[in-house]
Amino acid sequence: MRVAENLNAALHGLLDDDPTAYVLGEDVLDPYGGAFKVTKGLSTRFPDRVITTPISEGGLTGVAAGLALTGNTAVAEIMFGDFAALAFDQLCNFAAKSVSMYGSRLPLRMIVRCPTGGGRGYGPTHSQSLQKHFVGMPGLALYEMSPFHDNRDVLAAMVDRGEPCLFFEDKVLYTRPMGQADPLFRARLDGGLAVVDPVVPELAARPDYVIVTPGGTAHRALEAMRSLLVEEEISGRLLVPSRLYPLDVEALLPHLGGVVLVAEEGTAGGTWGGEVAHLVHQRIWERLRGPVRLVHSAASVIPTAAHLEREVLLTASAIHHAVREALRG
Amino acid sequence: MTETLTPALGPATGGPPLSRLADDDLELLLLIRHFELTLLQLYGRGELNGTTHTCLGQEYVPVALRPLLGPGDFVFSNHRGHGHYLARFGDAHGLLAEIMGREGAVCGGVGGSQHIHRDRYLSTGVQGESLPVAAGVALHLRRTEPGALACVHIGDGTWGEGAVYEALNMAALWSLPLLVVVENNGIAQSTPTAAQMAGTVAGRAAAFGVDHHLVVSADVNEIRTGLEPLVARVREGRPLVVEFVTHRLGPHSKGDDTRPPEAIRAAEENDWYARYAQDHPEHFHRFDGPARALVQGVADEVAARPPSRWSPCA
Repeated sequence: MRVAENLNAALHGLLDDDPTAYVLGEDVLDPYGGAFKVTKGLSTRFPDRVITTPISEGGLTGVAAGLALTGNTAVAEIMFGDFAALAFDQLCNFAAKSVSMYGSRLPLRMIVRCPTGGGRGYGPTHSQSLQKHFVGMPGLALYEMSPFHDNRDVLAAMVDRGEPCLFFEDKVLYTRPMGQADPLFRARLDGGLAVVDPVVPELAARPDYVIVTPGGTAHRALEAMRSLLVEEEISGRLLVPSRLYPLDVEALLPHLGGVVLVAEEGTAGGTWGGEVAHLVHQRIWERLRGPVRLVHSAASVIPTAAHLEREVLLTASAIHHAVREALRG
Repeated sequence: MTETLTPALGPATGGPPLSRLADDDLELLLLIRHFELTLLQLYGRGELNGTTHTCLGQEYVPVALRPLLGPGDFVFSNHRGHGHYLARFGDAHGLLAEIMGREGAVCGGVGGSQHIHRDRYLSTGVQGESLPVAAGVALHLRRTEPGALACVHIGDGTWGEGAVYEALNMAALWSLPLLVVVENNGIAQSTPTAAQMAGTVAGRAAAFGVDHHLVVSADVNEIRTGLEPLVARVREGRPLVVEFVTHRLGPHSKGDDTRPPEAIRAAEENDWYARYAQDHPEHFHRFDGPARALVQGVADEVAARPPSRWSPCA
């Protein structure tokens, strides 16, 4: 099953199981079913609870907050995650704040879906990974879609959290298969953390390095891990947390070794990886061979032309290179 | 479409006498008035932290609306919301404790003057932000509690925010029971309406096919009579913008009034408080002194309370 189908099924399941659940966004109705077809079939089965909205990202996010405020489960789709910038006030100053600024906890079941990332030639305003701009906002949790996490479970975790959640969905993942594609590696779940190790037990037992990455970058990390293993006999482990913020760093610790990297598609500067590195340093600095190494896209706009886009965005070879640098110490 | 209104500069005197109020309406008006005056005094003496925005001169707006709204209705308030809260709950102790950060504060002292949530009442401090939220609430009410409505208080300055238009569009598209109450006091912080708004509130409502009702009177009974059938229509899913042409008697927050003396004088001449004292002196004086004393008592009692407690991780 492809990731988009898995997510679509998860949304069907949510609307099925929760009579208070709503899905709203731009162009989400059938027969169109959303710009990335993730909402396909929903409006046909649940015409009252799937709502197409005007092109008003701030407005529709506010409506979702109003639905959540009155006890509903609201799932809003921002057509391109870049446009979450238009909903920043509703997210930062209303939804996230409302959980705690009225003195006692006000639970809000609210998910804002953000199709994210480049690699499809959509250009500077339709290709960004804006996770970093939402890191560190009290009352707002960040999750990222991954091929290793069943979206039904991820949606349930976000709903159960009782606070607004942003769900970043790397667009490149939509058409990729769920689960493990590379026969050299095997993925398992440790709570909300996906742990991917070489199939060979001796290699899995003693990884030379560990990469922490959000779901959207996982396949690029795996590609680097394959080339490192096959070409250089360097064996690594991949950790993919479903929730990026607040990060459960304690869950990472048992899986880390002396060499740790964080790979993400966001552009350089104030990255999610910087936050991960800080948390890891605080806890296991003495166990590390060197500082956590950050790999990300260049500090640049994301160009449209394919050859230019490749120069800016994080690649498997950049991860490969960073691992070798880290091991060289 | 009506012309741009600049009430603070308009002719101030010669209005018809105010009709006689019911006792409880007068009491509530005076409670709000003396609450706000007391706040300014407390600030003046350095006894309050932060800032506040009083509704002096605009007290009659929530008082007129009070019997038109029921407990099933949501009220969204803004930065200038003490009158809205007191009209809904009459709870001067809880509100002052919130503003002073004392035990018994409605929101533990976290929200302060402009961030209050209680039952179906919610205020927040960012202009226009609550309109789309109220639209979402109205959507819920239309589906699950037909007959209930969401009421949002905004000012003339709020119309500079795009969120207002996004919400009006959705409210009209989806036939939401949304009541937008505009308190057009002619000035946005320090900027006269004429310097920040092209066209009119009425014209903007009309652009979305949303009904607009203009209230120029400060007569609570008259306002209510006019609004009653319109509010009933809101409950049936016909959104409405009610624009009160009103007068901000005091500063935007505290000590920051840069209006020319004639503008302040015009606001004072339109003040319901002085007008009612003149039109109904016996009724006014029977309640004014006790209201003043009551609020003073509240202030003394709340100021003596220990600080409110709150855990950031709660």
